[in-house]
Formats: sequence, C-alpha cells, structure tokens
Amino acid sequence: MTTMRLEPTMLVTGRREVWLRRIPLLPALIFMVIVTQLPFVATLIISFVHWNALYPTDVGFGWFQNYAAVFTDGATLQSVLVTIGLTVGVVLISLVLGFVVALLLDRKFRGRGIVRTIMIAPFLIVPVASALVWKHAILNPSYGLFNGTLTWIWGLFGQASHAPQIDWVTAQPLASVMAALIWQWTPFMMLILLAGLTGRPLDVIEAAKIDGATNAQIFRHMTLPHMRQYLELAALLGCIYIVQNFDAVFTITSGGLGTANLPYTIYQTFFEALDYGKASAAGVVVVIGSMIIATFVLRTVSSLLKEDGKR
Amino acid sequence: MTAVATGARTAGPRITLQDRERRRGVWLSALAWIIGLIFVGPVLWMLLTSLHSETDAATNPPSLFAPLTLQSYASFFGAAGGANPWPALINSALISVVSTAFVLGFAIPAAYALSIRPVKKWSDTLFFFLTTKMLPMVAGLLPVYLIAKTLHLLDTPILMIIIYTSMNLPIAAWMMRSFLAELPLEVLEAAEMDGAGMLTLFRQIIMPMASPGIVATGLICFIFSWNEMLFASVLTGTTSITAPVFLTSFVTSEGLFLSKVCAASIAVSLPVLVAGFAAQDKLVQGLSLGAIK
Amino acid sequence: MPHTRRRRRITGVAALAVASAAAVGLTGCTGAGAWLSGGSHDTINVLMVNNPQMIDLETITAKDFTAKTGIKVNYTVLPEDSLRAKANQEFAAQAGQYDVATISNYEVPFYAANHWLEPLDDNVAADPAFDQPDILKPVQDALSAGGHIYAEPFYAESSMVYYRKDLFQKAGLTMPAHPTWQQIAGFAAKLDGAEPGMKGICLRGQPGWGQILAPLTTVVNTMGGTWWDAKWNAGVTQPGFADAVKFYVNLLQQHGEAGAAQAGYTECLNDMSQSKVAMWYDATAAAGSLEASDSPVKGKIGYAPAPVDKTQNSGWLFSWAWGVEKASQKQADAEKFIEWASGPGYLTLAAKQFGWAQVPPGTRASLYANPDYQKSAGAFSEQVHTAIESAQPSDPGVQKRPAAGIQFVAIPEFAAFGTDASQAFSSAIAGKESVTQALHDVQAEAQQVGRKYQK
Repeated sequence: MTTMRLEPTMLVTGRREVWLRRIPLLPALIFMVIVTQLPFVATLIISFVHWNALYPTDVGFGWFQNYAAVFTDGATLQSVLVTIGLTVGVVLISLVLGFVVALLLDRKFRGRGIVRTIMIAPFLIVPVASALVWKHAILNPSYGLFNGTLTWIWGLFGQASHAPQIDWVTAQPLASVMAALIWQWTPFMMLILLAGLTGRPLDVIEAAKIDGATNAQIFRHMTLPHMRQYLELAALLGCIYIVQNFDAVFTITSGGLGTANLPYTIYQTFFEALDYGKASAAGVVVVIGSMIIATFVLRTVSSLLKEDGKR
Repeated sequence: MTAVATGARTAGPRITLQDRERRRGVWLSALAWIIGLIFVGPVLWMLLTSLHSETDAATNPPSLFAPLTLQSYASFFGAAGGANPWPALINSALISVVSTAFVLGFAIPAAYALSIRPVKKWSDTLFFFLTTKMLPMVAGLLPVYLIAKTLHLLDTPILMIIIYTSMNLPIAAWMMRSFLAELPLEVLEAAEMDGAGMLTLFRQIIMPMASPGIVATGLICFIFSWNEMLFASVLTGTTSITAPVFLTSFVTSEGLFLSKVCAASIAVSLPVLVAGFAAQDKLVQGLSLGAIK
Repeated sequence: MPHTRRRRRITGVAALAVASAAAVGLTGCTGAGAWLSGGSHDTINVLMVNNPQMIDLETITAKDFTAKTGIKVNYTVLPEDSLRAKANQEFAAQAGQYDVATISNYEVPFYAANHWLEPLDDNVAADPAFDQPDILKPVQDALSAGGHIYAEPFYAESSMVYYRKDLFQKAGLTMPAHPTWQQIAGFAAKLDGAEPGMKGICLRGQPGWGQILAPLTTVVNTMGGTWWDAKWNAGVTQPGFADAVKFYVNLLQQHGEAGAAQAGYTECLNDMSQSKVAMWYDATAAAGSLEASDSPVKGKIGYAPAPVDKTQNSGWLFSWAWGVEKASQKQADAEKFIEWASGPGYLTLAAKQFGWAQVPPGTRASLYANPDYQKSAGAFSEQVHTAIESAQPSDPGVQKRPAAGIQFVAIPEFAAFGTDASQAFSSAIAGKESVTQALHDVQAEAQQVGRKYQK
C-alpha cells in the first residue's frame, strides 16, 4: 500500500496558506467548541454555586462546598470504582471474546457468512431494548430464558421441580449488567479485529509457514504484533462508550445492588436530588479525571497517534 | 490451508498431520458456529417470545412450540388504542438521518484538513475531538437543558440533531481522517495536474475512493444516533420523542408484558438491524478505520 | 502555474466549508418554524405516568375531550421513575413545556411551597359540575397545602393483602378480618410450597423509594418505628424501626418470592397472577388486574386490610393527580382538561368504554355508592374504600411526625435519601450486607437529612 508522505513543500507556507488550510476544519471545530465546551463552562460555573432546585430561594456562591460534598460522599466514590470495574471488565472480556471469534471467522468454512451475520446481530439491537430483554426475558428468575433452560434440562431427567432457579440479577448484579454489555460489545470488537485480520500480509505468513513456523509462532510473532493497533483501537472505542453507559445500569438494576456507575449517579443527583451544584461539581471532577486518563492513554500507551505523529 | 494442501502430496507421516489439521478445522468451524449461535440466541429468543401470546411467553420451562401470533406487534403499533409509535419512529429516523448527514458534512472537510492538506497542529486538533468524546456527556446535560430552554429549543428535533451531531462528529472525523490518509496521493496530484478543481477532486476522486469509509462512518453515526436514550429522555417531550424513549414508556407497569416488550424491542431495532445486515461488508471495511497499513 | 492550481484548490475547499456551514444555518431556520414546540393555542401538553388507567385515558381523549372542547392533547407517557425525574426537571426549571403533569401526594407539598403549581381552588374546585365535595377527604387533604388545593386526583390507592382463598381453604387456614403481621408471617410459612414452586408471600424488594420503601415504611409505622421523630432525630436504629426491617427481610428471605431484591409492583403482580406466590401485600390498585377477565387467578383472590402490629390500621395513601404548572401559558385549557379527566363524568365514560372494573378507583365517594360499580368490583371495592377513608397521612404511626406522609416522608430530600436507603435494604434482602450494617448506614444518612431541618 502506498501511504501518503508529506514533502516539505506541502507543509505550511505563509500565513495565507495557513489560514486557508484551516478553513475546511473550522466548521467542525467551531461547532464542537460551541456545543461541547460552552456547556462545560456552564457546568464549571454551576459547580461553584450553592444551588438545589428544590430550594429556589436559597441560591448563592458556595466556593468549594460542592466539591467537598462530592469527595466526602461515599456513593460517588463507590460509583467511580463501579465505573472502572464495569468498563475494564466489559472491555477486556469482549475484546478477548471478539478476538477469538474474529480468529475463528478468519478461516474459510461452511456457513462463514452466516456465522458472521448472526454474530453482528447483538450490536444492532437498540441498547435500551437489549437491556429490557435481558432484564425481563433472560434473567428474570420466574420465567427468564436462563432459568427456563435449567428447568427444561432438569425436566429431561424428570426432575423439573428440582431444577436450580437462580436469581441472577440479585445474586450477581454487576455481572448481570456486564453480561448484557459484553453480549452487545463483543460483535463490535469482533468487527474491528476482523478488519485487522483481513489486512494481514498473507504472503509473509505463507512464507513463514513454508519455513516451518508453527501456528503458535505465527500467532505470537506475526499476527499479534500486526493486531496490536487494532486491539488498542477496539479497546479505546470500547472504553469511550462503556464508561458513558447509562441505559444498561438504568434499566437492569436501576442503579441498585452496588451497580450505580458515574453517569447514573450524576443523573440521579441532577434529577432526583435536584442538587445542581453538587452534580455539576461531580461532573467537573469526572471530566478532569477523564482528561488525565485520556491524555495518558492516548499519548503514552496507545500507538495510534504516535504512529501518525511521524507524518 | 494452502500449506497443508501441498504437504498432503508427500507421503508417510504427513498424512496424519493433514488429518489432524482437517479434524482441527472441523472443530474450529463447529466452535465458530456454537459461539455464533450463543450470541444470536437472545435475539432468536426475543423474536420467538414476541410471536407468542403473553401467557405462553411467561412459562417456565419455556413453551417453544406454542402457537405463533402477531398480537404483540399489533398492540405495539397501537391496535389496542393507546400510544402510536409512528411519530417516535419517524422522529428517530429524521433525527438520525439528518444528524448523520451533518456529521459527514462537517467531518469530511475536517478530515481533509487533518490528512490530505494537514493544518499545523493537526494531531492536537484530532486529540481535541477525541477528548470531547471522553467527557462524561451526562455532566453537560443540565447546561444543555437550561440553554435549550432559554433558546426555546426544548422538545424540538433540531436540538436532538445538534446534540447527536456533536456526539458523533469526533469519531466520524477520526474515521474519515484515517480513510482519507489512505488515499494514494499520486492520484490526487495527477488529477490536479490535469486541472481538476477542488470540488471536482472531491466529487470525482476523493468521494468515490473513500466511499466505503463514508458508508461505514455514516452507518456507525446512524446507529449511535438511533440508539441514544439519556439525552433524548431529558430533552424530548411530546413533539420530538424518539423511538428508544417511546420503548421505555411502552413497558407498562401492569399485567404480563414480556411478549410486548420483545415485540417493541424488535420493532424499534429493526431499522438498525436491516441497515447493519445490508451493509455488513462495508461495516467490516469501515471499522478497520482506514487500516493503518 | 502551481500557484493558480493551489488557489483553485483553496477556493474549492473554502466553498465546501461555506456550503456545509450554510446548510446548517438554512435547515436550522426552515426547520425551526415547523418544529418549534408549543403549537396552536388550543393544544396542551400533558406529562403522565404509564399506568393502565392513564393509557385508557389517552385512548379516549380525542374521541371525547377534544371532540367536545376543541382542545387537542399531546401526551408524554413515561414509567414512574423517569416521570418523576422529568417532572422534577420540568417544574424546577418552570420550562413551560408541559401544561399539566401527573404528580403525587408526595410532590404536592413542596412543589406548592416552591410556587411551581397553580392553585385550583378558584377554578376547577369551584365549578359545581366538578363536585369537589365528592372527592374523598384524605385524598383531597393529601393534595392540598396551606389550605389550597393544588392537584385533583385521577386515582388513589391504599394498600391491602391479597391471598389465595382456595389455598387457604385447602390448608385449613382462615384470614382474620384484621390480620397482624405475625399472623401473616405464619400463613406465609404454612403456604410456602403449597403448589410446586410456590412461595408464601410477595413483598417489594426492588430499590427505589417508591418501590420497597412503600410497603416497608408501613410495616415500620405499625411496629412503632419512624424515619424521624418530631424533632427530626433519625430513628432508623431505634428498636421499632430496626425490628420492622429485620422482620421484613427475614420474611422475604424465608418465604418471599424468587428474586425478591429485584421484585417491584409489576413483578409481584406477575407472580400473583401466575400462582407463584400465595399472598401479596401491595397497592389496592392491583385488584382490578387480578380480577380482570383474562386473569388466571380471577375469583380465587381474597382481600384483607393492611396487616398491623401496634397501630389500628396501616394502609398507605397514594394518589396520582393532575397539577397545572405555574409557567403554563394555557392554564384555562389545562383546567378544562383536569375538570374532564378528574370529573365525575369521566368515570361513567371510562366504564362505558372499558367496563367498571377498569375505572380509575379511589377518588370519589359516588363511585363506591354506584350499584354498577359495586356489582363488578364487589370483591374488593368496599375494602379499598375503607382503606382509603381510614388512611391518616398526618399521623400514621405511634408517635408524632415532623412531616406528612405514610409510606414516605413528604420532604424533597426523601426521594434521594429514600433511594439510597432502599438500596441498602434491598442489598440486605439479597444477603449482600447485614441488616444491622444497612440500618447503621441509613441512620447516618438520615441524621444528615434531619440536621438540615433542626437548624
């Protein structure tokens, strides 16, 4: 593949050129600044205001009291941990599963197209719908698919009434939320990784095989290094979306049983406690935290931008 | 595989190797099928339940062979009176399509300025786009609500279009940048030599060559817009209610509703399912994000 | 030559950028005219909860209300939790997006205190056709604040025990006219396993102050506990409260429904309909569904008042009611809508359309005097009527209370505080933490809330 390389002449020449080059970028940039940064400035201001909408007459400048409230609130700190656990768990598991499936689908076999199509299906179900179906049709202890299947299996041995009936959401609340999310995100990971596998230099692999390299060696020394960028990309996109997840937590457990993640907790502080000041302060703290992590991830760990940086 | 085939022609112990390879192949194919079926299982279960009556849907063990009926779909589409899902579906379609168009309209020129004729600190700019995606969106919910209230934009499709455009633009700009960076520069240069103007260049060279990428980007943006619920539930009301919000309101608090939930879930997911299945090849190509080769 | 080429390229890019920016502006403008919210002056927006009776109302609005008055009604229908979040957001901002909303007797006191609601005394309540005196007294009181009526009830409910008469008979048990909680626990133990897979009793365990805390707080009240005493001292670790929670959690863990920690009203209704439990203590509103023509347990259900311990009665009081937002631009139309939806005529209209059993109950004395209603809802109508009439929102327990409310405390903090508390108790039911630990944590938070009022 030919990749574009910039010759020095194509780099910026003169102020006019500098500005003209910027023009195609400006609409997107200005739009993003207005729509995403202005509200954040507002959030920042509100975070210093003592403002609970339930007491409309009692609003005033509050210095850092909202921040103090955030840092002393056990629920907020707990939700930080839940968010980290949920994100890392879902991303890692769906990444590994997605990689396995992508490797399986990279071979030719009967019905490969069909398997790929049915594997994509979970990603194409609206997340709220998926959460509702997991909660009511799959995990429900009385008539959900899981317990129904257990009863059926036991029923084969005439023991239907002795089938274990597990109360999934209560017994494993976080795992239940994670299961629904992993089910939805594995196909997404698989798609990215499959695209990566298709782009492998097959001729080199052939050559290695002829030279007597084992499958394990090829995987370890050729496939894995090639796939590194794709794995990072998949993990990054997964993190971006799963950190923000609201639908699954909201629907499956309503934030109960220790599953409230940050988006849910902030949503609750906004709309149930109506504590606009504290919710905004929590938002600001989370934004700063995300920025630090994002900078760290994007600049140091990921090769995605570093690679590009050479250009 | 080819290596195995050539190996097969030589005699002796090689044959057992080939046998082992073949047997392994069968096992791997079976494994792929099993995993595929496990993943599609909940979807099939959803479909089956949606086609059962409420009483058959709520049995344990499941009644797989109960008579099929379209009753739940009929009730979702308002046969039994009550809310009509069409306004919500139309709103969702409108908002998703228009916001996707805007995203592409912003992202393609931006991607051009980030790859083909890059601005100075293009990687910083890209980084900025990406960080907006990492901010917890919920933190901006209250200001957006208050600003929209002041501008009289609450409960309008325009507001949702703006929000979804801003949500998807970073990823789209990133994806499109990768695609455009892939384009062979010689072809662009050659076209310019032939005197092609910028618009011609875009229309005749960049767009066609990047079209799988554009389709993939558009599809991803469409899916994420269609799926979004948090902002929609706060910022929409009677006029601009979207399909996911309608779905949550459709789950009534009384009586058996399992079959109806499944029917409604399938109906609301159908546009995404159809679009996704139809364009799955593009999706695979597109998600390679321009394959950083 | 290279120079001109570059310029052409640059102008091209500029044109593209301008075009895309212009496209945004253009659609923005043309779209705005058609899509701005509000609409014509005789359209009102109504925010309501998605209970079945509301859905019925929605289906007959166009045919009846709009046909008579020419006022078009746009509904936003949401599940309870989302509805509350949305109503809070809407009323606090006084966004004027909705003219009427379903609010409950929990919100009325502090919505009114914040001047978020338009009083209804001089318009709806003053109209003789509306017949305000017909509204049951405890319900009207619960929807008033400072001597003004701020909302008109669409339906009201108390709580009672549902039990399977057939199973009681088979087991040789008799439900007393006024059961105590100890008796109920005894029945639950005996009926556990009465049919394969059947549990003794269904009680809510799902987190949410409107879920588990509703029945649990009535148990607390009757066992002598309170969230706060008259001086706003938290009472969660006091014996009355702690005993009640221990009792509730034990009962659920030993003889409660499967999935108790995630079961709310809906789940229990399903369990009761599907014969997965023998008894159920919950809202009186469920009676209609259990006796509906397609219910598998129709005719098998007996009804008993809310179980008691130290008090005479312990049923709760809850009402979904219509309130008019202060910022509404269409208050006259909104009031007309309320007169229609809560008026005496609506009951007969709904009866004609859906049958008497589906009429929104609990609001008017005339409904319980209606022979047609008595005939179709005979099994439970009197039980419900008595339960609502005997509810005492201002004095539900053994001690004086600092704020109104039976199954809740009508202060704005209770929603958030109650949600946290409900999660702790729900975790205790799930066995994820001990009852003592849950009580201890909740007590600390209750003290914090109380301190705000002690100042």
